Amino acid sequence: MADATLTSSPNARTARRRRTERLNRLTPYLFLGPAAVIMAIALLYPLGYMVWGSFRDWDPSQTIGEAEFVGLKNYITLWGDPNFRESLGVTLRFAFFVVTFEMVIGVGLALLLDRNIRGMSMLRTMFILPMMIAPVVVGLMWRYMYHPTVGTFNRTLESLGLPSVDWLGQHALMSVIIADIWQWTPFIFILALAALQSLPRSALEAARIDGATAWQQIWYIKLPLMMPVLIVTGLLRLIDAFKVLEVILVMTEGGPGLSTEILALRISRTATEFRELGVAAAMSNYLLLLLLALTLGMFAFTRWQEARAAKVRMAAEEDS
Amino acid sequence: MDQSYDRQNPAFYAVIALLVFMSVGPVLLMFVNSFKLDVDIIGGTTGLIFLPTIQNYETALCDVLWYEPDHLDFCSLKFGGAFINSLIIALVSTALTLVIGCMAAYALVRFRFMGRDTVSLTTLMVRMVPPAVLLVPVFGLWNNEFCLDRDGLIGGAIRDTFGGRGDVCLAGTHTGIILVYVAMNLPFVIWILQSFIVQVPRSLEEAARVDGAGPFQVFFLVVLPLIKPGLAAAAIFTFRIAWNEYLLASALSDRNTKTVPILIVNNMSEFNVEWGVIMATGMLLAIPPIIFTLFASRQIITGMTAGAVKG
Repeated sequence: MADATLTSSPNARTARRRRTERLNRLTPYLFLGPAAVIMAIALLYPLGYMVWGSFRDWDPSQTIGEAEFVGLKNYITLWGDPNFRESLGVTLRFAFFVVTFEMVIGVGLALLLDRNIRGMSMLRTMFILPMMIAPVVVGLMWRYMYHPTVGTFNRTLESLGLPSVDWLGQHALMSVIIADIWQWTPFIFILALAALQSLPRSALEAARIDGATAWQQIWYIKLPLMMPVLIVTGLLRLIDAFKVLEVILVMTEGGPGLSTEILALRISRTATEFRELGVAAAMSNYLLLLLLALTLGMFAFTRWQEARAAKVRMAAEEDS
Repeated sequence: MDQSYDRQNPAFYAVIALLVFMSVGPVLLMFVNSFKLDVDIIGGTTGLIFLPTIQNYETALCDVLWYEPDHLDFCSLKFGGAFINSLIIALVSTALTLVIGCMAAYALVRFRFMGRDTVSLTTLMVRMVPPAVLLVPVFGLWNNEFCLDRDGLIGGAIRDTFGGRGDVCLAGTHTGIILVYVAMNLPFVIWILQSFIVQVPRSLEEAARVDGAGPFQVFFLVVLPLIKPGLAAAAIFTFRIAWNEYLLASALSDRNTKTVPILIVNNMSEFNVEWGVIMATGMLLAIPPIIFTLFASRQIITGMTAGAVKG
């Protein structure tokens, strides 16, 4: 040890060493402490509080202690509530279409633009702009563009002599999906491009020498090799699709009717407009369970992936 | 640059131009419209032929301007105050999240201790919690439980100094909103930084330790400077979420702690939308993220790939 000075007695030295050892053993907890405390206070405790509150008939003017305990009533009411089911259906449809289209377009663009061209970094900068901008502002822009009379789309249609479309009325869900595709396809594109550029060059080289066409290269080599990254990306995007709220809130406020009222929006309306915190909490729990299943799926998938990769590596080492 | 570029088909460049137009177009449209009068926006003078005016921005920023704009009788939109609130909340929560998240990520990567796997699994799990799910409990807790009693020592002192009725609660304060944002962003920051800290060679840290540095010195003087790119990425993402978030802020803020997204949504929901002013406020809200994108796109992309590809 560098601090073992000549003057210190053996006793003092061992005491000091013991102290440093204890400090060393405590270090991880010291480093982790602040994060653990904050997450416990402002994340885990509220989640527990929500589960507790979901069993109660809870009004915003009451504290949770005053609210009446009603057991599973909130969950059962919700399950039978046609509005909730409609909202769940909208959420699932929204998530499904958004992720499907974004994956197809994003990966397609990545395959198309994976070339050695000037200004690629500039291009990527342009593409990530939509997802950095506030969802509130994105909703604002699209609400303007979708506006029935002054909006850009209907004006363009009009000047081309085509009939105008009732974007946020009859086709509200589609319009909302288009806006989300605009905002988040670049995310898939960037990740797919990164995956594509880190593929082993040797495999592609070999395929080219064997005379594989461009389509065959994509279909039999690039896509299978990218698959692990693509699945994780898709799952991440799926989880995020359930979080979307502001864009839809600003564009349609869930309307017309319930046609774009996704779960997150319904939770916030139940809590603030209908003032039924217990029901909103139960709804949050349903959403949370859904996301929990997805996250666990993702976790299991990455673990399985790692295990498989390790096995392949071991086999390769044994062969050589 | 000694790198040579492949020649491409002209049609290819046309596709690229179209893509760029599609992704940047709406933003440009908003930018242009924010300089138009409402008459021009609704009247249908399409294209770029119009007289640009900064009147919309004057209306939006009327509470911080040093002069009184001629077209306004009364300053109703308190945008300047909201902007300052947003700035305080976003900057403080970003700084806190980074410091705390970095230390936690380091502990998770470098030390073997009891409960390490549980901690990483919890971090991953809470990462998926949507803000909407936190709305109900946070609203309840911040208003009813996380309070200082009005008759107590500190609570009484605050009530005497600042006035007001009832107990002193977290709701309606900057601190309250910052606390939620820090907690919400921590899992993500820990996740991203882990993948950067793993790459720091262990031998460097051991060398520092042999030279007599304690664990905290090793962390702050050796590890932190090496993961700067990761820190930049994490900072941008945290700032972006804190800056853009609407739902929780709207539940927790009061008249004086309103942030910009709340202001925009409140003005949108009115029946007769003043497009010009709204677009000007939207543009002001979008400026910091746009600046980040233009100057730090490399870090953003690194952060995105590190956060996702690592799985």
